[in-house]
Formats: sequence, C-alpha cells, structure tokens
Amino acid sequence: MKFFNRWHEKQPEKPIRMRQFIVFTQKEFKHIFRDRWTTLILLVLPILMIILFGFGINTEIKNTKFAVYDPSHDVATQGIVNKLLTSEYFTLSEFVNTPNEIENIFKEKGIGLVVVFSEKFYENLLHTGDAQVQLITDGTDPNTASILTAYASNLIFSYQQDLISAQDIPYQIKPEIKLLYNPTLKGVYSTVPGIIGVILILICAMMTSISIAREKEQGTMEILLVSPMKPIVLILAKVVPFFCISIVNLVTILLLSVFVLEVPIVGSLFLLILVSLLYIFVALSIGLLISSVVDKQMVALLISGMALMLPFVYLSGMMFPIESMPIVLQWISNIIPAKWFIIAMRNIMIKGLGFSSIVKEVAILSFMALFFIMLSLKKFKLRLE
Amino acid sequence: MEKETDIENCKKVLLGEFEPVISAKNLTKTFGHFTAVDSISFDVAKGEIFGFLGANGAGKTTAMRMLCGLLKPTSGKGKVAGYDIEKQSEQVKKNIGYMSQKFSLSEDLRVWENIRLYAGIYGVHEREIAPRTDELLRQLGFESEKNSLVKSLPLGWKQKLAFSVSIFHNPKIVFLDEPTGGVDPAARRQFWELIYQAADRGITVFVTTHYMDEAEYCNRVCILVDGRIEAIDLPRNLKEQFNVKSMDEVFQQMARKATRKAD
Repeated sequence: MKFFNRWHEKQPEKPIRMRQFIVFTQKEFKHIFRDRWTTLILLVLPILMIILFGFGINTEIKNTKFAVYDPSHDVATQGIVNKLLTSEYFTLSEFVNTPNEIENIFKEKGIGLVVVFSEKFYENLLHTGDAQVQLITDGTDPNTASILTAYASNLIFSYQQDLISAQDIPYQIKPEIKLLYNPTLKGVYSTVPGIIGVILILICAMMTSISIAREKEQGTMEILLVSPMKPIVLILAKVVPFFCISIVNLVTILLLSVFVLEVPIVGSLFLLILVSLLYIFVALSIGLLISSVVDKQMVALLISGMALMLPFVYLSGMMFPIESMPIVLQWISNIIPAKWFIIAMRNIMIKGLGFSSIVKEVAILSFMALFFIMLSLKKFKLRLE
Repeated sequence: MEKETDIENCKKVLLGEFEPVISAKNLTKTFGHFTAVDSISFDVAKGEIFGFLGANGAGKTTAMRMLCGLLKPTSGKGKVAGYDIEKQSEQVKKNIGYMSQKFSLSEDLRVWENIRLYAGIYGVHEREIAPRTDELLRQLGFESEKNSLVKSLPLGWKQKLAFSVSIFHNPKIVFLDEPTGGVDPAARRQFWELIYQAADRGITVFVTTHYMDEAEYCNRVCILVDGRIEAIDLPRNLKEQFNVKSMDEVFQQMARKATRKAD
C-alpha cells in the first residue's frame, strides 16, 4: 500500500489519463463485440443495406417483357424492335394483333411495356418527318413506368441517330431525353452517397448515444463520475471505437460500391475521405448531444432511430429530390447534415468535381460539427454539477 | 462487534484530538424550495465504520453525493481525506472509493476485466493489477469465476465483487450507498465481514443503510430525520439512552418525528 501511494505522487498526470483512456476504450470494444446484435448492426447491416439498395430496391430495370402492336410492319418498326431487343433491359414477349388486346396483356402476362406504332410508320417518317410511336406502361407503379419509358425513348432516339448517320435525311421520331452523369440511369449512382450518409449517422449517432445511455441506466456512469477520470477522457474513449468502426464501414461500402455495384469513384479519393471524416465528426457529436440529454437506452434509440433517421432518409435528398419538395420541407432540409454530405459526395464521387465545387458544403458541415460538439460538451459538463 | 480501539478513536475525534478523515460543517443542499439536507455537521475518524441511517427520503444519499463530489453543496463546508469537497474535488475523487445502491459493475465484462478496468481508471500500477487480482479472488474464494461474465453471478457475489473493486486502489475512505439492498441476511453478514476487513486495513467506511441490524455492526451511527441529524453516537449509547435492546427500536422512536414522506 505504501509503495502504491508513493507511485501515485511521483507519476505525472499524463500517463494516468492515457491509461484510463486505453482501459476504457478496450472495455468499449469488448462491449461492442460481445453483444452479438451490436456487432451485427455495426458490421453486417451496412453491407446488407448497400447490397439491398444496390440490387434489390434498385430503380434499374432489367429484362422487362414487352409487347408490340405493329400495324405497319416495315423497316423502321422492325429496326426499333431490334434495338429494344439488343438492349439488356427488354425481352420481347409477343406481337399483339388488335389494340383491344393491349389492356389485357398487362394483367395476364406480366408485361411491363407495350410499344404501339402508328400505321405506315416508315412512310410517315420519310415523308412527313413525323412518325408516331406510343409507349404504354403500367402507371400503378409510376417509378418503374417512368424509368421504362425513359429507357425505351432513349433506345428509339438512338435508332434515330443510326438512321441519320446512315442516310442524310432529317428524321424526327420523338422525344429527346438527356441524362447527364448517369447515362444508363443507374439507380445506385445516386443512392450510394445517400446510403453512406445514413449508415454513418446510424452507427455514430445511434450507437454512441445508446452506449452512453446504457452506462447511465446501469449505474456505472455514477461510479465513473466519482472516479478521478475526466469527462473528456470518458467522452473520447466512448467515441473512438465508433469512429474506428465507421471508418471500417466507409471502406467496406466504398469497396462494395466500386467492385460489386460498379459505381466508379470519378473524383479525388482524398477529397471523398475528407468529406466523410467531417461527416463522421458531425454524426458523433450528434450522438454525444443526444446522450447528454437522455438517460435511458430506449429513449436514445427512439430519438436517434426515429426522430433522426426519418428526416435523414426522407429530407436529405437520398430518396426524393429536394427540389420537388414543398418549400417548408426544403427549408428544413437545410439543417439536415446528410443533405450537404450527399451533395458533396455526388459532386466528388459521380461528377468528379474538385474542391471548389464543395466549399459551401464543407463549410456548412464544419460549422455543424463545431456547433454540436460545443453544445454537447457544455451539456455534458452541466450534468456533472 | 464493536472494537474498543475504534471506540477510543471515536472519542478522540469527539474531543477534537486528531484530524478527522471526513468532516462536515453545516452542510446544506436545497433543490428549489425543498431542503434535502439541512445543515448537518459531523466528523469521522480514520478506520471508523460510520453508519448513516435514515428512512427513504431522509437525505442520506444527497449528503453522501455531496461528500463524493457528485453534488455541489448549497452552503456549508466539507472535507474528505483532507481536501475541500468543493474546491479540490479532483483530489477527493482520487482518495475515495464508491459503491452505489444500484449494482454497478459492467455486466458484460468478465470478473477480471472489471477489476482491471477500475484499477486502470484509478491509476493502479499495471504490473500490480494481475497479481493483486489473483490474490483478491483467492481471498473471496472466487478463483473459479475469474473468467465468468459478471452477469452470470448471483447478486450477493456481485455485491461482494463490487465492494472489492471499489477498494482495490486502496482508498482512504470508501462510501457505500445502501450496498446490501436486495440480498438475504446471510449474504449481508458475509458482506459485512468484508467491510470489517477493509476497516482493519485502515480504510474508513462511510455506509448508508436502512437495515437496522446493519446499524448494530457500525462503530458509530448518525440518524438522519428529514434532512437533519437527530442523533450521532455509538449504537450502545443510543440503546442505553432510549432504554431499548436494539437499534431497530431506537430508530422506530426517532422516525416517529419524521414529517417528510418517503420518496
């Protein structure tokens, strides 16, 4: 005991803080990996999410069956049907003989698209320059419907291009749709940044707040407050494991995106990591803020799971374009960090733009991180009084 | 179970003959209009087992939390291990151990990991931890449970372990807030044997309880009614004063004065 007391006096403060930090961080990692559900949520959920969003709930459509009503039977209609067939999106189901059949085949044969040509299609194309083709889809699923028509229009347009280059005649078939950055309308392109945004908030904010709330609920927080451990050491030790895990997740998601979903990282990897780190800081500080006002794990879960996740998913622009929201929701979307993160990530990852294009987003995210960290540190201190 | 030397020590404190390890002077805590602790003053000597008794809501826990540096007193002064509880709370924290009424080790850590965690937090030397852990577990007869998760242990064992962890860093004082809540009398008796061993090592024990059989085990008790100290003396003297056989009867007579409702 004597030896022990002497040691206490001789050692400078720093190693003790360091050792407190190390033992506490070890404990946190043990908590995480000993609880099967926590491990599952932290390491497997992100992979599941990216694969689900990437393949399952994909807005991209392949091998859709289509039918053709073709009263003309000429070179042009044949050409367009062939064009559709050579794409990976469509497979031909059948030719329809009368217009009346069209309505029934949707219900009976699971057909996604019917292409209806006007009579004397090629003749009209050559003489009046205005041949008509109608694309009929099932409007009960507007999302799929609009994607299918977009694909088909694109293919028809490309057939038109072929004609123009082959013969020097100004044909005009119909619509022009221009798709920048995502020429094949790949859904994953725009969802990957969104998924990263949601997963990071889930892991950093939700897990941090739950793990601190658990400490309060189990009564261990009281023991820690009576101990000579400084609150800042406690906070750092709580946050570091989740920081490490979010980095692992980020890397996994990016690898999966690039090699499995084939979403390229066009821009600078360095910038991408920089923005992600910034966003992780924001997410961690939100977690700290929640835990500084909440005492129960359940409440922490509800706040971060419902009150946080829903706006992050719906108002960040991950699922629905912000421009088409009511004006009030557009205002609200400005305070959602994920919105800025997603914009910045899309700029870097998909458009390949440089730092100058994301200055505004980086500034806003930095401000948010600083604001939340200051606020939660202040709140945390107050609770120790 | 009182020991003559301890009684002598207490008398010396009462006479002001040596520096007490805990001293409170008019310590008061109010929450809004409610005065939880109303100007209490007392001294505790080194190695003493000091019982802090009172009904639920009498202010025991609030008083203890002020002494541990968890709450700031509204007024009054307090010294623990020679340090001011308000101005030198960091020094206070280094020299005390604490065990709350809520069982408070980490359930999903193993026994040895819990010991190692708190030893690390209190700055026990790295090389000392492992051998002392083994020694402690041997004394407790827990060797076989070294690698068990704490949640798999029965409550009585958990409490003994929590107490051993709270004094692992050899604090000058250990504060126990209703440490034996919810366990059977046999386990309580075993727990008190540990408290006596700690006191023999020179650790001062400050314990709150509402079990009156435990009050008999204390060297000296202080009875709190409605935030005020109604009595502070050796259990033997109190029993003589009220002319009763047990502390339970002493307490019954005291508690009649209470006007405050239990929380």
